[in-house]
Amino acid sequence: MVSFIQQIVNGLQLGLVYAVIALGYTMVYGIIQLINFAHGDVFMVGAFMGYYGYTFLKLPWPVALVMAMVVCAVVGVLNERIAYRPLRYAAKIAALISAIGASFFLEYFCSLNFVFGPDYTVIHPPIPNITWIIGGVRITNVQVIILVTVVVFLALLQLLIFKTKMGSAMRTVSFNHDAARLMGVDVDQTISFTFAIGSALAGIGGVLFGFAYPELWTFLGVMTGLKAFIAAVLGGIGIIPGAVLGALIMGQVEIMTAAYISSQARDAVAFAILIIVLLIRPSGLLGRNELEKI
Amino acid sequence: MDKNKQIILALVSVLVLYAVLEALMMIGILGPYWQEIMRYAMVVAIGALGLSIIYGFTGQFSLGHAAFVGIGAYAAGLFNLTFRHYGIPAFLGSLVVGAVVAGLVGYLIGVPILRLKSDYLGIATLGFGFIVTNGLQNADKLIPALGGARGMTGIPQVQSFGWYYALVLIVVILVRNFVFSTHGRACTAIRENETAANVVGVSPARTKIMAFTMGCALAGLGGALYAHNIPFLHPDSFNFLESINYLIVVVLGGLGSLTGTVITAVGWAFIMEVLRMVLGPLYDFRGVIYAIILVVVIIVRPQGVFGGIEASFLVPQIKRRKAHAAAGD
Repeated sequence: MVSFIQQIVNGLQLGLVYAVIALGYTMVYGIIQLINFAHGDVFMVGAFMGYYGYTFLKLPWPVALVMAMVVCAVVGVLNERIAYRPLRYAAKIAALISAIGASFFLEYFCSLNFVFGPDYTVIHPPIPNITWIIGGVRITNVQVIILVTVVVFLALLQLLIFKTKMGSAMRTVSFNHDAARLMGVDVDQTISFTFAIGSALAGIGGVLFGFAYPELWTFLGVMTGLKAFIAAVLGGIGIIPGAVLGALIMGQVEIMTAAYISSQARDAVAFAILIIVLLIRPSGLLGRNELEKI
Repeated sequence: MDKNKQIILALVSVLVLYAVLEALMMIGILGPYWQEIMRYAMVVAIGALGLSIIYGFTGQFSLGHAAFVGIGAYAAGLFNLTFRHYGIPAFLGSLVVGAVVAGLVGYLIGVPILRLKSDYLGIATLGFGFIVTNGLQNADKLIPALGGARGMTGIPQVQSFGWYYALVLIVVILVRNFVFSTHGRACTAIRENETAANVVGVSPARTKIMAFTMGCALAGLGGALYAHNIPFLHPDSFNFLESINYLIVVVLGGLGSLTGTVITAVGWAFIMEVLRMVLGPLYDFRGVIYAIILVVVIIVRPQGVFGGIEASFLVPQIKRRKAHAAAGD
């Protein structure tokens, strides 16, 4: 029983990291219906920026976190400006291919020797390891930091979306671009802002990922990003609570499979569950099944 | 007849191209290394034509195409290793086995998941792709010959370019005949508007499953050829990134253009090597430049390089006489 609770705690740690990344996917999908393949690579940039911040610049880690968020936001916005905006009203698949190109660009560019380099980087998080044992369950300070940081930023995001002018602009644009424009919403600016917020969240995910799993490389974003994306789909893509729910489920599934079935099968089981959920609820757990209009 | 002239001209140019390539190989301008890439280009072309049926003509988004290439490759390899015949009949037999096994798996997975639409279908196929690579990595626990994560070796190699070239031609003709048949037009109707197609009597479920099965069988055929071109099969050669590559080829080629798919497949297979030659000491930058080319090309031509363009000998001639007769009545 104790070991089961321990696995739940470990799964929660992974799920929370997925959650902040999944939010970026779901926000972008909600607003321009694009699978932003480069988002996982923005997450990777965030992980490296956090590492450079607290290792080379000797910043306290919360400052390094903010730095990573800013850099990621800039990367995300530039990415949208250069690779997606020219294709906004072209076929969806064209923007998707452009997103794949942007993803390749970030991966290969960051792998160059004068950027992050092609090798694995083992990092030393700036936080001393503290472990508390509560009823036999080991809880580390890193897990607490992840939980608190993610919850705080989720609350801020909720405030931003439902209590600010920009938030209501985002909701309007995700509903209908033309209607939003007629209501006087600057659609381009709103989309840029959405990319900035989503990418900053990926930056948080990156820094926290570095604390929890201190080994980075430039292709880190491929698999982690893909799983976060799958989590967003599981919850119902475009729906913000869905992304968090999907990510938490994804974290549990992965850790439980690794613990009780086989660590090699963790991806396969996660994807099998995804396919089964999609077959039962084709729009994800919290998604609405809309009837197609003729 | 004008049409016959076109077809004869096309046949002659195809033969001349083959003769030129063979001559270049004989002289040694195209060494063994380039020959391997040429054969690989043919493999990509066949696999991409499969995805072209699924996505280009029927509009069913698949992000797991490489998994079916992998299934074909492993099935063909296992067939050859089990029966230990290394001649041309065994080679051709293994091609059939690869295509049939991949087509069968495509059918079985297609029946449930083709109910999903657009991005959700893409994600389900992506998930299936991961399950296949994961399964292949652990396949040695069931069948040791598959090699699991260590990879599969010992498959007899067939290195004469002629087979690969001929198979691409056969597949192009087959796909072209399919696309312009009743069934092919049903596929296009589904792509354009599923509801409207259904109303005029095209069964969406049956048409999608048929297209998906055919596309997967072609992927399997490509995979079987792959197994004879590269003496080492590894699950990672058929992973998610490889599926993305097939998607890139089909979209950049222009959805619904067979000419574009084949030309882009060959171009794609060569681009990395060409970049490496051109860049020389700046070789490290080839990935970055490839990414930039990708983004620029798709922004300049969102419909694909050959979008809406088809070599005229591939397009059937409209039967003018009948049309006139109908108009006269």
